[in-house]
Formats: sequence, C-alpha cells, structure tokens
Amino acid sequence: MPNPFAIIGRVFLSALAEIGRIATFTGHSLASIIVPPIYWRSILGQMWLIGYNSLPVVGLTALFTGAALAQQIFVGGSRFNAESVVPGVVVIAIVRELGPVLGGLMVAGRVSSAMAAELGTMRVTEQIDALVTLSTDPFKYLIAPRLIAATITLPVLVLVANIIGVLGGYIIGTGRLGLNPSTYLQVTSDFLEQSDVISSMVKAGVFGFIIALMGSYHGYNSSGGAQGVGKATTNAVVSAFITILLANLIITVIVFGGAS
Amino acid sequence: MSNQSNKMIALQNVHKKFGNKSVLNGVNLSVDRGKSLVIIGGSGSGKSVTLKCVLGLLQPDTGAIQVNGNETTTMSSRERKKTLASFGMLFQGAALFDSLPVWENVAFGLIQGKGLNKKDAKEIAVEKLRRVGLTPDVGELSPAELSGGMQKRVGLARAIAAEPEIIFFDEPTTGLDPIMADVINDLIVECVQDLGATTMTITHDMASARKIADNIAMLYQGKIIWDGPKSDIDQSNNEYVEQFIHGSAQGPIEMDVFRA
Ligand SMILES: Nc1ncnc2c1ncn2[C@@H]1O[C@H](COP(=O)(O)OP(=O)(O)OP(=O)(O)O)[C@@H](O)[C@H]1O
Ligand SMILES: [Mg+2]
Repeated sequence: MPNPFAIIGRVFLSALAEIGRIATFTGHSLASIIVPPIYWRSILGQMWLIGYNSLPVVGLTALFTGAALAQQIFVGGSRFNAESVVPGVVVIAIVRELGPVLGGLMVAGRVSSAMAAELGTMRVTEQIDALVTLSTDPFKYLIAPRLIAATITLPVLVLVANIIGVLGGYIIGTGRLGLNPSTYLQVTSDFLEQSDVISSMVKAGVFGFIIALMGSYHGYNSSGGAQGVGKATTNAVVSAFITILLANLIITVIVFGGAS
Repeated sequence: MSNQSNKMIALQNVHKKFGNKSVLNGVNLSVDRGKSLVIIGGSGSGKSVTLKCVLGLLQPDTGAIQVNGNETTTMSSRERKKTLASFGMLFQGAALFDSLPVWENVAFGLIQGKGLNKKDAKEIAVEKLRRVGLTPDVGELSPAELSGGMQKRVGLARAIAAEPEIIFFDEPTTGLDPIMADVINDLIVECVQDLGATTMTITHDMASARKIADNIAMLYQGKIIWDGPKSDIDQSNNEYVEQFIHGSAQGPIEMDVFRA
C-alpha cells in the first residue's frame, strides 16, 4: 500500500518544481520584454486579438452581473429600508472586485487557451525550433508581445466592463426598481473613489500579465502532439483562473486590508 | 586548432537519452568544409536528434560537438546565436510559420535575422521559391494552403534563403514525386558547389543519397556503424548497410514490427 505521506510529499515537491519553472520562465520573459528588438506589429496585433475580440463577452458579463447585483441588493436592502444604497454598493462591488475578476476570468478563458493552443502547436510542429534556427529569439518574438499586449489591454477592457456593469445596475435600478435616475448617478459618483479605480486598473494589468504568462508558459512547454496541446490548453486556463483569483485576494488584502 | 581547420562539423562520442530511452550512444562523425555528408538509417534511429544536437536545439548528455572549430555544447547564448546565423535548416515536417504568408516564411531569416527591408527580402524570397519550382503567386498563399511536397520545397527555400555556410536537410525529398525529388537533389548539389556550403542531409532515398553525397554515414542503434565515401557504399562489406541500401526485410536489422 502506498504511503500517503510519500504521495503528499511527492505532490508538494512537484508543485514546488512547477512554481520554480514558472518563475524562471517569468524571469526570462521579463528580461526579453526590456531588451530590444521590440516587435511592435505583433504587440498591436495581439492587443487587437485580446481587446477587441473580448469586448462582447466582457461587456455582456458586466452588464448582466451589474443588473443582477442591483436586484439582489435592492431585495436585501429593502429589509432595512435601505434601498438607496443600491447604486453605492453596485459601483463599489463592480469596480473593486467584479469588473476586474470577472473580466479577467472571461478573458483568461478566451485568451490563455488560444495562446496555449497557438504556441503549443508551434512547439509540436517545430516552428519554435525553426525560429531559433532563423536567429530569432522565441521569447522576444512570441512571448514578450503577448505579455505586453495583455498587460496593456486588460485595464482598458476592465474600464469598459466597469462602466457597463454600473450601467447594468442603473438599467434595473431605474427601470424596474423605481429608483430615481439622477439620484442614482449622484450616489454612484459619491461612493466611487479614485483609489477604487486605480486598484481596479492595477488588478486588471496584473491579471492581463497572468493570462498571457499562463497561456505562453503552457503552450511553449507543451509536448506530445495534438494531445499535448490539448492538455496545455486546459492547464493554461485552469492555472490562469486560480492565479487570477489568488492575485486578486492578495491585492485586495494589500489595498483594502485595513481591519476596521 | 590547425589540424581541425578542415573540419566544419565534428561530433565526438555524443550521447543523448530521453528519459531512460537512450537514442544516441556515442556518435562520432565529421564533415569537411564544403563537403556533403548524407546520414542514412532506419526510422527512429536518431538521425533527426543528431542534427538537432548539432544545431543546439537539443543539448547532448555527454560528448563534444565542434562547428568550425568552436565547441558548441558549452557556448554562451550569444556565441550560439552567432553560430546559428551561419546555419540553415530544413525540418522534416517543414515547420513553416502558419501565421505568415509563404514568401515571408522564406524571407524570415533575411528580415528578422539579417535586418533586410521587406521589399528586398521579398525579391530574394521569390527568387528562392523559383529555384525550388514554385511560382511567385504561391508566395502569397498561406502555408496551410499548400500540399505536403510544396511545404517541403518552401522549407527548403527558407533554409537556403540567407545563403548559410552550413545547411542541414532533414529528408528533403520525402513526399516529392521522383522528378521534383531530382530537381531538389540538383539544387542541394548546386548549394554545395555555388555557395561552397557544407551540408548534412538525412535521407531514406538511396538515389538521392548517391546523387548529393560526398560521404555517407549510417546510423544504427545510436552509433555510426559505417561511414565512407559514397563510391564505397556498394563495397561496404557491412551487412547492415547492404540490407539498408537494398531495402530488404531480411537481414540483421530488426524493425520494431518484428519484435512486437
Ligand atoms: N523531444 C523528444 N522527446 C522524447 N523522445 C524523442 C524526442 N525526439 C526524438 N525522440 C525519440 O528519439 C528517437 C529518434 O528520433 P529521431 O527523430 O531522431 O528519429 P529519425 O532517425 O529521424 O527517424 P525518421 O527517419 O523516422 O525521421 C525516437 O525513438 C523518438 O521517439
Ligand atoms: Mg527524422
């Protein structure tokens, strides 16, 4: 019978080894971002792929979430005759947490998987080896543009998501729950602070980096044909999700962690 | 080293394992400057792995590899990049970049590696495509739109585009009709004669080997079991070589199918 402690130990060690490999990969990627050449055309192409194509899904997610949130808070708040907190809670919840987190997760689902599949296919068809033989550093040519593009694009997407999320709350709040439109907007802007927006954008940038990093890491290191690429794609999405949620927790504790 | 000056590529006692599967078991091989070496050997005998070790895409476990007198296994990444700039490689599966049109594939090393502008690079690319029997309009297609044999020829055009000093061909005629195969054979001979290039070619095609080789080496079970000038191949007195060049199922070489 296998020793359970040995199994736990082995899992723990292999997890540590994986973290070490990701850290090395991250270091190598960061170094390749700052050293020229910089492939501007690839960066712009990736920004387009990540940003424009993710807009519909991110926008719809934010719209529905904002609306549902307003409905829930209204129901909960009405028990204490506190319906008027709806706009304030909606904007805080959306900007601080739901906009970046849901936006990040939706984009991770689309983009980490696509990056892992593309780079994984390039790996197993020896296109990455071919790049090397043509005197081109795959980290600079393939990975750096993806990291830069995702880190820049996610804050823009999340900004849009935040606005649409608040709009979703506004539509339900004024259209269905009978809140006064101008009061709604007033309360929204009273509650929102600059630090909320900044932390939202910082989160989005970090999540963008994670999305591209996980997609690139798993794709770049995939092996074993189509099956290997499939595995890399799944691993990219799962690890991007978990890392985004963990990073969100860490940033939230750092920024809003004052116990009061 | 003066006694080495005539050797462009030299491998000494190269070993390579994947996991516990030993692929190369002490390969010794050398190619003189401006000469053409053909490596023959059964499927899975480690021919492609040998090329990749010389290219630096795979790191041998032990052994020494010199290119133009310089030890490559211990090179810094900068030196390696310089060495790679003198290489051209045709991959067994062509390894074309499917995100780029055919002509940009051929011009890739010129644009990214040598910093040529796109217009000049395209002219050269079209000329190289013509040499492998492809018309300029093929240059505008995407690699996915080409047949396997056409992809192979594009890969060949890409390998010779930057007029490298050392060219590696991994099964250049596989998948081509006999006439096109002979055109490619002529082209390889021309590369050696016109560019003064040193070439290492892997092939299963004995007609091709006889045409392009100065020397032939046979790889079997991770070792070079015979090598010599091509004129000696019919008097090798080596039963493995004889079985291989006659393509007979009877002989000392056991294929996996018989063992299974
Ligand atoms: N990256 C790798 N990881 C694990 N095993 C590998 C890898 N590359 C090659 N091998 C193994 O090494 C052995 C030799 O492979 P190689 O590609 O050199 O064969 P080959 O002689 O080129 O055969 P073919 O004529 O079929 O192309 C094979 O058994 C293969 O499974
Ligand atoms: Mg091979």
